[in-house]
Amino acid sequence: MSLWQIFNMGQTISEKILSAHAGYDVKAGELAIVNVDSAMASDTTAPLTLKAFKEMGGTTPWNSEKTIFVIDHASPAPNERIANLHKLMREFARKTNSVLYDEGAGICHQIMVEEQHVKPGQLVIGADSHTVTYGALGAFSTGVGSTDLAAIMLTGKTWLKVPESIKIILKGKPNPGVTAKDIILEVVGKIGLNGATYKALEYSGSTLEYLTLGDRMTIANMAVEMGGKAGIIETSGLELPYHFEPVLPDSDAEYSQTLTIDVSSIRPKIAKPHSPENVCDIDDVLGTKIDMAFIGTCTNGRLEDLQLAASILKGKKLATGVRMLITPASRNVLNHAMADGTMNILSEAGATFIPPGCGPCVGTHLGVPGNNEIILSTANRNFPGRMGNPNASVYLASPAVVAASALTGVITDPESLDK
Amino acid sequence: MTGRVHLYDIDNIDTDRIIPGKYTKTLDVSTFADHCLEDLDSDFKHKVQQGDVLVGGWNFGCGSSREQAPIALKVSGISVVIARSFSRIFYRNAINIGLPILEIPDHTIADGASLEIDLESGKVYDGNTEYSASPLPQVMIDILNEGGLVPYLKKHKTYTF
Ligand code: SF4
Repeated sequence: MSLWQIFNMGQTISEKILSAHAGYDVKAGELAIVNVDSAMASDTTAPLTLKAFKEMGGTTPWNSEKTIFVIDHASPAPNERIANLHKLMREFARKTNSVLYDEGAGICHQIMVEEQHVKPGQLVIGADSHTVTYGALGAFSTGVGSTDLAAIMLTGKTWLKVPESIKIILKGKPNPGVTAKDIILEVVGKIGLNGATYKALEYSGSTLEYLTLGDRMTIANMAVEMGGKAGIIETSGLELPYHFEPVLPDSDAEYSQTLTIDVSSIRPKIAKPHSPENVCDIDDVLGTKIDMAFIGTCTNGRLEDLQLAASILKGKKLATGVRMLITPASRNVLNHAMADGTMNILSEAGATFIPPGCGPCVGTHLGVPGNNEIILSTANRNFPGRMGNPNASVYLASPAVVAASALTGVITDPESLDK
Repeated sequence: MTGRVHLYDIDNIDTDRIIPGKYTKTLDVSTFADHCLEDLDSDFKHKVQQGDVLVGGWNFGCGSSREQAPIALKVSGISVVIARSFSRIFYRNAINIGLPILEIPDHTIADGASLEIDLESGKVYDGNTEYSASPLPQVMIDILNEGGLVPYLKKHKTYTF
């Protein structure tokens, strides 16, 4: 037990981690200057970050090994303008010895976890809203904009308002066909797009023992879809390849709200266009015709997601008129999926592969939908124009639902397919 | 200061609608003015003038962390953004780039109204009603007073509060 745990009882996980990084006891509502463990920017945010950093008078980051750049959002470069922004990132990283993951390495959040740039109990800030994903490891991580990140590169610090926390108790075992994505869509539907603004979500409960690291990343990832500053999952039951001290909340910690969800009773979920909070049971939209199926993103582009899709598509073909895009979350995911035959199965079913990265998620390139097309996607957002065309409609679902629907051409419950 | 209102009293106007992701990947920020809010109101770029005020609904600026969103509003000419509430990243980003924002949960400000705004006190007057915005934390006032986080850190080298 560390000093801050002895002296300051009644803390949430967020309060504990932020106290440790402020160097004194902080409570929800206080502003604190905190030391940051790692700082990350992608190719969407790094160029503006580097510009602001230079304008602030910065030359070398406060800690080069903890300054991480990832070329993932528009990679490989779709045009000359973006190619030059990528070049800027490469040159800065080379000059300052900061860490750079170049095109094809994968999505920033997947890499941060795979390459152990974030560990339980740490405070990590990224210039990308889905930085909340590292809550899967019991870390406090949140997104900021480019200038805030430049300030961290300069000072190693940032200021944060210590958030109140919403406690989410997940209990019970998910039914067959129900995945971590369905659990988090249920939570987003209940809390709403605005329900956790300025707050942290802290997850606990008996369901955690059934959740892999990947499942936890899917759940933590969508905290920002509720406005959350962080989405932290207690590390109970989490196995990592290294030793760590779990940060657990005190039993008398205070929460702004507690929500209990009986996971054993939930159905596969869908978020309908054009908002991630527009959540319903799959039963309400069964039979909706789709044009494109997309499996990938920092929410659901991991090995287990591709394997789940392959288990449904094995030996079968996509429905006529449906195209399917697969974007592995990282090169590591791709390599494993090639080695174990997953990619073969998906390709034989008729899927198209996109190199590891964000792929069509943010509408920059590689898979922009046409007018009035309907996309069923494993991503986290479906706002109008998200995939690059405001006249297309995006439904969000689990990889199992996306794969089953790609097979039939209409939104389909994977459990209803002949095995 | 005074400014003319562009009212979009719609909830959850996200950063993709403020500036679509496909236009964000450039350092030439003046180009954002051509596409700002285009998926919400394709006329916005023709209507907006320097010094105007944008008034939004709940959870304004939700979605991605892109700082390009408040920059797009600023380069379009918007001088203050008022909303019923803001997403937290948009809120920070706006202050960091020197775009003042005010949170007024309950208001009946009309499109085209002329607002008198006092940023220090957070008072907003539309000719009929005076509204009080929730006060900004001191650190944000300090950053705004310096013109944004870049000039603030250039001067102070680190956070001082
Ligand atoms: S996969 Fe999509 S949501 Fe995730 S970081 Fe990339 S663009 Fe953002």
